[in-house]
Amino acid sequence: MSTINHPGRLAGSLVPRTVRAFSTSWATRLGWLVGALVLLFLAVAALFPEVIAHGDPTATNARNVLAAPSAEHLFGTDQSGRDVFTRVVHGTGISLGVGLRAVGIALAVSILIGSLAGLAPRRLDSVLSRLIEVVMAFPEFLIALLVVAIMGKGASAVALGVTISVIPAYVRLARISTKRLRISGPYEAALILGVHPARAALRHIVPSVAASLVGLAIVGFGSAIVSAAGLSFLGLGVQPPTPEWGLMMSEGKNQLGNAWWISVFPGLMLAITVIAVTTVARPLQRYLEGGKA
Amino acid sequence: MTVSPADVSVERAAPVPAGVGGSLAVRWGGRVAGFVGGALLVLWGAVTLAFLVLKLVPGDPVDVMIGPLASVTPEARAAIRADLGLNQPVLVQYAAYLGRVASGDLGQSYQLHRPVSAVIAENLPHTLALALAALGLAVVLALVGAALSRRGASRRFFDLLELGAVSAPVFWTGLVLSAVFSYRLGWFPVIGGNTVTRLVLPAIAMALPIAAVLAQVLRQGLDVAESEPFAHTARARGLSRRQVTLRHSMRHASVGTLTLGGYMFGSLLGGAVLIETVFARPGLGRVTLDAILGRDLPIVMGMVIVSGIAFILINVVVDAASLVLDPRLRVGRGGAAARGARARAEAEPAKATDQGEGSAS
Repeated sequence: MSTINHPGRLAGSLVPRTVRAFSTSWATRLGWLVGALVLLFLAVAALFPEVIAHGDPTATNARNVLAAPSAEHLFGTDQSGRDVFTRVVHGTGISLGVGLRAVGIALAVSILIGSLAGLAPRRLDSVLSRLIEVVMAFPEFLIALLVVAIMGKGASAVALGVTISVIPAYVRLARISTKRLRISGPYEAALILGVHPARAALRHIVPSVAASLVGLAIVGFGSAIVSAAGLSFLGLGVQPPTPEWGLMMSEGKNQLGNAWWISVFPGLMLAITVIAVTTVARPLQRYLEGGKA
Repeated sequence: MTVSPADVSVERAAPVPAGVGGSLAVRWGGRVAGFVGGALLVLWGAVTLAFLVLKLVPGDPVDVMIGPLASVTPEARAAIRADLGLNQPVLVQYAAYLGRVASGDLGQSYQLHRPVSAVIAENLPHTLALALAALGLAVVLALVGAALSRRGASRRFFDLLELGAVSAPVFWTGLVLSAVFSYRLGWFPVIGGNTVTRLVLPAIAMALPIAAVLAQVLRQGLDVAESEPFAHTARARGLSRRQVTLRHSMRHASVGTLTLGGYMFGSLLGGAVLIETVFARPGLGRVTLDAILGRDLPIVMGMVIVSGIAFILINVVVDAASLVLDPRLRVGRGGAAARGARARAEAEPAKATDQGEGSAS
């Protein structure tokens, strides 16, 4: 069904082949382009928030509280008179940062564990895969909550919790990919030629395992951001007055009746981020996992 | 996705006469044993995870639990310590904890001064009602959505709708629903109201992402089922497209959807924490959040075990329902062909053929 490409061939042909893979309909191609542009905008907002919203995200203004969205305050102001648009833009970096870190660490850990499990003797592998199955019996969000329960609330606990919660799914896929690659030509050929197994694995298995995880990693990036925002929404993460999307939604929760914009806009940004991520990731994931879009 | 000739030949070879795989008792015995083994493994994992929570807390768990400000007599402190078994070696503690959980004792909440099992039993109905309402609604929405959007413009529209529903965080959907229907339109009470009116908005918020995922899987399943030879046979027999969908394809597509539905139902427990906070509802989610904020470790540990039990129960229901829906799964563990059929059905339930469908009803 799915063919994992030889690393060299994959690296060389990933982009053009992928474009061809999802260029079957103009709607998909347009969607992908829009999604990519949104992600680009979010990246700018995360790296240089002042470019998009100059102004202090924590500056209060007692004379202009709970102002409705207007030309001056695009997203309105909150109960302390802070500009919601500025806060939303400045919050981008926090959310994207948590997501990136979680996915980066989860990728590294899962490639290590997954490929070791896939190459390990059958008995060790079956113990490990059983363990992963058991951990996966628990919902991701619950695992993240548990980590916060253990460490106590705070931004670092949330970041760690989100990271740990996504690892099992990655490890599982990394292990499956490894098992498939183990019996593929290049690795076996290298072993027969007398290449040291570790070297052969690094050369012929790890790069392809990493490639097979790309799609899942991008989707996981979106869900990590949502989990982190959810934990902040529950009051378990960063503390006020940090402009974090989840925290902002929680601050606006009691103003829903007279100032819906405080909660709605940060959440909208969160939803848009996830939609953009999914739109960009889906064709890639289908291509990398299924061999065709 | 197209079905290659090789696929079809495997499908045709799959069903074997009953009795090939040894006696009925042996076959079912093996299956039950395998299932019980898996369930015990998950249960063991849950208890171990709960125990790890206690052990991984930095510092003295007793200090953590009673809080930094509380003034507790050394005797009370010693009592908690003994109650948690913290004076003994770790392995003894672990064995003792396993034993206590096995006998149904989940410990004592130090914030609520009540047994953990009582707190959970009291709050379970609220969360269960919410989760069941959400799942029921999601199934209805998914069936309608998948049936209405098989091809053309409506399909593209529903694709977009589903992308939005899956991507929007549940707690945001909850806030938006509440802002529109409670505050703006006043259809549902913000506070007060009866059990049903309080349930509607949270259930919708929870159901939307699940409905979207289920609809996608269901539609894919329908597509695959209708490209199978039996669908052409049924059409040739004179059934309308709609009849084929309702009588045959739906049934095939539903097995995979069911498995996914069970998985998503399990994850509702995590979502309940968020939704119950948004709508200020009582329930297990609120209890969990309060326990985390108050560092009430016995409650957190109890919730881990409840989550494990929920996973096992959901699997029992999903497996049983799959057996009802797909007769091929009832063939025992015997013959290689039967094994192949089962493996295929589990891996790609939507691909099942309609062999034996007549005998099932």
